[in-house]
Order: sequence, then C-alpha cells, then structure tokens
Amino acid sequence: MSVANRPVHRPLSPHLQVYRPQLTSVLSILHRATGIALSVGALYLATWVVFAAASPSTYATFQGFNGSIVGRFVLGGWLFSLFFHLFNGIRHLFWDMGYGFEIKEAYRSGWIVVVAALVATAASWIVGLRLV
Amino acid sequence: MSSDLRSHLGRARGLGSAKSGVHHFWVQRLTAVALIPLAVWFAVSLVTLSGADYAMVRAWIGSPFVMVLLILTIVIGLHHAQLGIQVVIEDYVHNDGAKLAMIVGVKFIAVFFGLAAAVAILRIGFGG
Repeated sequence: MSVANRPVHRPLSPHLQVYRPQLTSVLSILHRATGIALSVGALYLATWVVFAAASPSTYATFQGFNGSIVGRFVLGGWLFSLFFHLFNGIRHLFWDMGYGFEIKEAYRSGWIVVVAALVATAASWIVGLRLV
Repeated sequence: MSSDLRSHLGRARGLGSAKSGVHHFWVQRLTAVALIPLAVWFAVSLVTLSGADYAMVRAWIGSPFVMVLLILTIVIGLHHAQLGIQVVIEDYVHNDGAKLAMIVGVKFIAVFFGLAAAVAILRIGFGG
C-alpha cells in the first residue's frame, strides 16, 4: 500500500452520539420520523379509498386489520404523527418567517407542540371510542 | 452590489447552482400551508367516522364537498410527502445512481397512488 492510499485516521468532529439529547434536536428528528411515517400513511389512505371503491368484501378485509390490536396501534401512532407533524410544521413555518429563534422561545414552542400533539391524540381517541 | 459575484443574468434568473432556485423549498411550504386546514378537517372527519360501516363510509366519501376535500388532502399530502422524502434520500443516500433511482421511484409511487385515489373517490361519488 502506497503512502497516498493508506487510510488516514483523522479526528472526527463530534456527532450525534456524544451529545445529551435536547428537546430541540429530539423534536427535529421526530419531525422527520413522523414525516416518513405520514408518507407511508398517505399511501395507506389512498389504499383505503381504493378498497372502499372496490367491493364490500375487500373493504371488510381492510377494516378487519384496522380494528385489530395491531391496526389500532398503527392508527393511534399515525394520528399522533399527524398532530405532531402538523403542530411542529406550524412551528417551522414561524421559523421560516424569522420568528421564535431565541433558545428560550424554541424550547417554549417545542413543549407547546409536544403537549398539544398528545392532548389532540388523546382527545381524538376518547371521542372516537365513544362513537364506536 | 459589489459583494455579489453572480452575473446580472444569473441574479435575475435566481436559479443558483442547483439550477432550480428556491422552487423545492417554496412548494414544500406552500403545500404545508394548504395541508394545515386539510389535515385538521381530515382528522376530525376520521374521528367522527369511527364505527361507520361500509355504506356510511361510501356515502361520506361520495358527497360532493368531501370528494373535493379528500382529493385535495390526498394529492397535496402525497406531493408534500414526496418532496420531503426526496430531501431525506438526498441527505442519506450518497451513491448518485441509487439516489436518482430512489427519488424517481418515490415520485412515480406518489403519482400512481394519487391518481388511483382520485379515480376511486370519483367512482364512489359518481356511482361507478
């Protein structure tokens, strides 16, 4: 191996694993994760209307999964993802317009998003179960 | 401006080194704003549809107002989704061929599902 090809072990700049998780970074990662989950959810939503248009039996199969324990867990997670991504997305739009960049403000808006998403998910779940 | 190294034509076009300017950023924000009322409407609708049977769901999907809002929700949602997934792919996939293939694949999937959903909704509404 020539000198030029020898691997060089340069010091790397600190990355994710050396930092204590902070609300700001955790919510940023969660925004992307819920975005990916919602993308899959959008395909699922499209599938839902296609099955509803197809026939009662195909729709029944689809609803059978939604009503199962796993299905309820997935739908609950999807609903939380929707509310979180919605509220945190509004937080991002305010940043895009130049508001709320102070660390104190970023933490306050972050906690508001977390609480609002949890409350909206719980409220939807409670109302939904009462209608079943 | 003396600090601007771009040519006058380059500055007027505003497309930058990526050749598409702020188009991607702008459309992502535009679809995000459109999805705020649509997502709220859809979440509330989903909750009120809890326990609805096949006939009730079809009647709901097939009403004119719902058809319009549901197609908007799915199509704009998928558009916003594929823009976001594109950024995720650009961030983490470093092989140019794989990156291009994945981005094109995601766009094809989004268009296919969006069109399938729109046809299904119209079919329910117009009694096909």
